[in-house]
Amino acid sequence: MATAAGEIGVIGGIAAKFRTCPVTALKIDLAAERLIKANAVAAVVFLAIGGVLGLLVALTRWPAVHLLDSDTFYMVLTAHGLNVLLFWIIFFEMAILYFASAVLLNCRLAAPQFAWIAFVLMVAGALLTDFTVLQGDSSVMFTSYVPLRASPNFYLGLILFAVGALIGCMVFFGTLVVAREERTYEGSVPLVTFGAIAAAVIAVFTIASGAIILIPTWLWSLGYIGHIDTLMYKLVWWGMGHSSQQINVSAHVAVWYAIAAILLGAKPLSEKVSRTAFLFYILFLQLASAHHLLVEPGLSSEWKVFNTSYALYLAVLGSLIHGMTVPGAIEAAQRRNGYVHGMFEWLRRAPWGNPAFSGMFLSLVMFGFIGGISGVVLGTEQLNIMMHNTLYVPGHFHGTVVAGTTLAFMALTYLVLPLIFRREVMWPGLAKWQPWLFGIGAGGISLFMLGAGTLGVARRHWDITFADAILSFDYPATAFLMLGLNGIFAILATVGGALYVAITVASVLFGRPVHERNALHALGPLPQRVVESGSSAQVGRHGSEGFGHLPGTYTLVAVFFVAFALYYFVNWKYLSELWPLS
Amino acid sequence: MAVRPPESRVWWNEPVATGELVWIGIAFLWGLFMFFMMIYWHLEGKQNLSAEVYRVKPDRYVKKVEAFVEQYRIGDEGDTGYPLVAPPPGSDVYLLARLWEFWPVLQLEKGQSYRLHLSSADWQHGFSLQPVNLNIQVHPGLEHIVTITPTESGVFSVVCNEFCGAGHHQMTGRIRVVEPGQGR
Amino acid sequence: MSDTGTSEKIPFMQRVLDNPFLLLFLGVTVPATLYLVWGLVELTQIPVAE
Ligand code: HEM
Ligand SMILES: [Cu+2]
Ligand SMILES: [Cu+2]
Repeated sequence: MATAAGEIGVIGGIAAKFRTCPVTALKIDLAAERLIKANAVAAVVFLAIGGVLGLLVALTRWPAVHLLDSDTFYMVLTAHGLNVLLFWIIFFEMAILYFASAVLLNCRLAAPQFAWIAFVLMVAGALLTDFTVLQGDSSVMFTSYVPLRASPNFYLGLILFAVGALIGCMVFFGTLVVAREERTYEGSVPLVTFGAIAAAVIAVFTIASGAIILIPTWLWSLGYIGHIDTLMYKLVWWGMGHSSQQINVSAHVAVWYAIAAILLGAKPLSEKVSRTAFLFYILFLQLASAHHLLVEPGLSSEWKVFNTSYALYLAVLGSLIHGMTVPGAIEAAQRRNGYVHGMFEWLRRAPWGNPAFSGMFLSLVMFGFIGGISGVVLGTEQLNIMMHNTLYVPGHFHGTVVAGTTLAFMALTYLVLPLIFRREVMWPGLAKWQPWLFGIGAGGISLFMLGAGTLGVARRHWDITFADAILSFDYPATAFLMLGLNGIFAILATVGGALYVAITVASVLFGRPVHERNALHALGPLPQRVVESGSSAQVGRHGSEGFGHLPGTYTLVAVFFVAFALYYFVNWKYLSELWPLS
Repeated sequence: MAVRPPESRVWWNEPVATGELVWIGIAFLWGLFMFFMMIYWHLEGKQNLSAEVYRVKPDRYVKKVEAFVEQYRIGDEGDTGYPLVAPPPGSDVYLLARLWEFWPVLQLEKGQSYRLHLSSADWQHGFSLQPVNLNIQVHPGLEHIVTITPTESGVFSVVCNEFCGAGHHQMTGRIRVVEPGQGR
Repeated sequence: MSDTGTSEKIPFMQRVLDNPFLLLFLGVTVPATLYLVWGLVELTQIPVAE
């Protein structure tokens, strides 16, 4: 299979097999490569399962279709959350961690055998939890709030999965040490690796919180512990549940930077600014776990306000910075490539035909406009009173974790296939449309769930007609419309997701092998330089040097800011009309 | 490139473009504004969640609700079997969340304030007042007291919006709001 | 790569950002204190109903 010549390198007395990447000239540890492949394949399998379950959920919530019966619905919804949010995303993140450490640092992976143990634990844990849920007596949602009680194996599977992920993080940190000891790079780590460090740091906090709460809950389900405080459970559980979303944010921002760098040669405008933004993530992003506890009795407003704001919105500041420096770096790179006309030639003439680029840019836009804005509004202490546990919440996080993270990871896959699997992407004509189908579908379900939530529709709810309730109630007709539209866009997203799975699997199995000759071609369409290569003398050491003026990016962030502020104030206006509460 | 180490050994001192600095400044100030907005609303706004909470044994809370219903019951809610309870303005009002109902049906007066007690007899539930769209989490073992002031009359529903098992989607409640001085 | 300023001292903040284990320490202790410990302390202080 391996066509490029394997090179045996002995670094620090430890033998590792490497090949040289024909595109980037990086030395790639074959053990790391195998692990990246294994984790990526597992990720895609769980996405396929979870995506189908998502469609079933959406079709049941579409009142005109109302596909599943209630027990099945709650079981499928539990499984959907677990398979996509935990299994798909975290397997893919393991692949990213190994890539950002071993590959980008030109280094061997520390202790690949431990990384394999991690992988096996994660697979075993995921399967155990999935099978337990399918038994039907563990439909407790992926949040498993006590005193809802699942079978012990539900918790045990999650614990195994988390232990595996923790070992994976340790291998990542170990690889950083190896790379430094063995001097495989000079100076500081690349920005993408730095973003991966932020993700891994947050992952350690996430998994620690998970262990603190899931191990006692498992013992409780076995009968060894008599009582678990409901509020304590929620506080610590969300230290895991929400922080794991912050792993995603760090990881997909790193992916944005990586795709922009690989396809367009984009450089960070300023290493200092982008890294400081990641530092804000490391310090403050996890505090937003409080988003889920804003209408909870028993926690003070001081605690709520401080934590929900990520310490005076410093982590939001981090995201707002990335939201400008990612398109800014692209604009600077494209202007360097010669697309200097007007405000937006750089964007119009970007390689939209390349699914890695279109997926990345759609992810950036939708994460900001849909997921980001709704998240800050939802996470405002008092505004949360109008949204807690309504469909607004899944609306928000399908904007972040589906339209944002999932789409970014899909986009990255179109580079992982040629660079790591060394296969050309099959059906490039279809691949071109895949990010659009999935992106528009995901954007649609986000928006319509946000809409239904604004009308008060409850999340995780089988029957919004309340046919079996003694005290009847009707949601407004618009709510039914919203859920119908949600169903239609869910179909679109599923088609896009199925296309992604099909293209990925087909490419891995049957794609044309990538050699030195076709390596660049295999990356898909790239921007043509329209300037003489001589003028690359202008290329500075950091992205903004010589290209400090970025009118297109300024316009984009200005539009974003206005949308953000308007929507923010509209919600305060709504709140002021609510029944007084004190 | 972001996938390679920075080109200069010391990158911390590299200048930052003006446009970037301006945006960072705006974003930072906006963050401060949003932070102080929450504090401002605590001082001047009318919609803030109360922090008055007590630990209570669930069966103890059920007893309190039963006593409350006994004291202020004015009849039945149609033929639903639910007691209709009309407490005097300004008083303590009790609502019990349990599998799978909000009990009893309350009748409140428009423009009057009530100290609404919320707690659960068993699992966690979600108090979601519709179509007002006012949502509060309900825990077993925690008695949460919020002061609430209906501003419109009519029939309002309480929907459970925390997943609470097989009958979650049947779990509703009702609050009737009448014009001041009527209906007692 | 490190062609210029080889002798220039690395600024403090750059050294912080270059130290993943310091970042790991901060990234775990900051939320553990501000979110978890602070929150748990509040839970223990909820008064009992009469
Ligand atoms: C085909 C794509 C997808 C569709 C159609 C879809 C649709 C839905 C719908 C309709 C809900 C139910 C909301 C409710 O009743 O409360 C839901 C819940 C959820 N979705 Fe998705 N989704 C998709 C993909 C994803 C992906 C890729 C992720 C994560 C990466 C994700 C994460 C979640 C989570 C965490 C929940 C909440 C489950 C819970 O409340 O316990 N979804 N999804
Ligand atoms: Cu309930
Ligand atoms: Cu419920």
